[in-house]
Amino acid sequence: MTKTTDNNREGETLRLPGTAMTEPELDAWFVREVLPLEASLMQFLNRNWRDSSEVEDFCQDVYVKVYEAARQEPPKSVRPFVFAIARNLLINKVKRAQIVPIETAADLDALNIAVDEPGAERSAIARDELRAVQSALERLPRRCREAVTLRKIEGLSMREIAARMGISLKTVDAHLVEGSALLADILYSQTDATRKKA
Amino acid sequence: MSEATHQNRSQSAAEVRNRAADWIVKRHDRGDWTDSDQVQLDSWLAETPAHKIAYLRVEAAWKRADRLGALRQPPAARNRIIPALKFVAVAAAGVVVCGVYLSMTWNTAPEKTYVTGVGGHEMLTLRDGSKIELNTSTTLRIAGNDTKRIVSLDKGEAYFQIVHDDAHPFVVLAGEHRITDLGTKFLVRRGGDNLRVALLEGQAQFDTEDGHGKQQATLNPGDVVVATATSLSITQAPSQTLTDELGWRRGLLVFRHATLAEAAAEFNRYNLKKIVVADSHIEKLNINGALRANDPRAFARSMKTFFDIRVEERPDEIVLSR
Repeated sequence: MTKTTDNNREGETLRLPGTAMTEPELDAWFVREVLPLEASLMQFLNRNWRDSSEVEDFCQDVYVKVYEAARQEPPKSVRPFVFAIARNLLINKVKRAQIVPIETAADLDALNIAVDEPGAERSAIARDELRAVQSALERLPRRCREAVTLRKIEGLSMREIAARMGISLKTVDAHLVEGSALLADILYSQTDATRKKA
Repeated sequence: MSEATHQNRSQSAAEVRNRAADWIVKRHDRGDWTDSDQVQLDSWLAETPAHKIAYLRVEAAWKRADRLGALRQPPAARNRIIPALKFVAVAAAGVVVCGVYLSMTWNTAPEKTYVTGVGGHEMLTLRDGSKIELNTSTTLRIAGNDTKRIVSLDKGEAYFQIVHDDAHPFVVLAGEHRITDLGTKFLVRRGGDNLRVALLEGQAQFDTEDGHGKQQATLNPGDVVVATATSLSITQAPSQTLTDELGWRRGLLVFRHATLAEAAAEFNRYNLKKIVVADSHIEKLNINGALRANDPRAFARSMKTFFDIRVEERPDEIVLSR
């Protein structure tokens, strides 16, 4: 039946042979391999981009490129892959923004990125995970920290937290949302050198 | 920089992060997560990879913060209260399960519930390296204690790739049935009283215990157990069939000589837009091929092209007739 072959062709366009990662595999890969590089990536971007207010957005652009590229083919070596993408983005941005003359872009090309230098992430992994999370918790704003502590350490529900802290459910919600966002920044973005107020 | 990146510029990384954080708390902490929330989340995530990445990032941090649970002071009363509460909560599920629960929740890490909505697909990696992949409309609970790793499949389907550990057997509970891994890859699907277990690699032990007594079997690769409220059977399936069945892991539904009615039912597991076969004359049409699970429209279009079937699309269903 022609029908069968046609349907099968539709399957093939989805890379049935299975070289690419499935979406959940890709997500797990990203969390495991790429996120731990964030602190050194931010450091690299901060060093090479003058407007520090843009660095966070820049990092997001790098992530999108990395994620999309890995969807096609997962890289064998993650760190050089991520930094190559960051460098290309940086070069493009410099060229397009024309903030610096093109010659500087050429210099950028020669940028010496020590891809194999053990970065902050190595020590972060080696460090006791509980201690890392605990010290991140300590850097949250006071009320926010209280709410997160009651949720994550005491295991209370949001309703119980509201009662305990004498605040509305909505405020508890806002504290937890803020807490999760800040924890992500503290745990992934910041090294001792780049710490800003939490 | 890509077009997509440009479009995102209207949303700063900080905005996307905050939105992601909002989703995370809604999903993990508010305790009122619904299928419709899941649909909305899925569509937000699908808008741009930036959303997906921000979500993964905040979620990873939020899960890391669960480690803080280790700092909890163990008040003497707590251990007694929790099992009692669980007992009430699962009483409806049957005495046997409750018994297991009582012994299991004693001195146990807090249980976590994982839910996927219609069309959802999620992979969990456990600390020991074992992987559990959840298919559409699935609810799974994980608890662990010192001697056992225990997972309850409340509904839906999950694929398990278990790192075997003699000292800590991995157990899947599904109603009155129990699967204990002996170093294994297996697929479990549960809908109401019906349970289907397919073993792909390794070996597992299958136990069932209902009001009438106990039954036990050792499963080998290719074995498929089908249990209903009143019967239990074990058959051998060709490995090709099992591989096809796992097509969902790649977002595919694979049919070999399925009927149109079967194919439609399969699509309906994954989509809110349901395919209705409104004509008994076409129910038995023979369907072969691999199709995208989340695209019932494409399926309907192929039916139209190949079988000259009439397709009528309504807001929440696609009606097929001759």
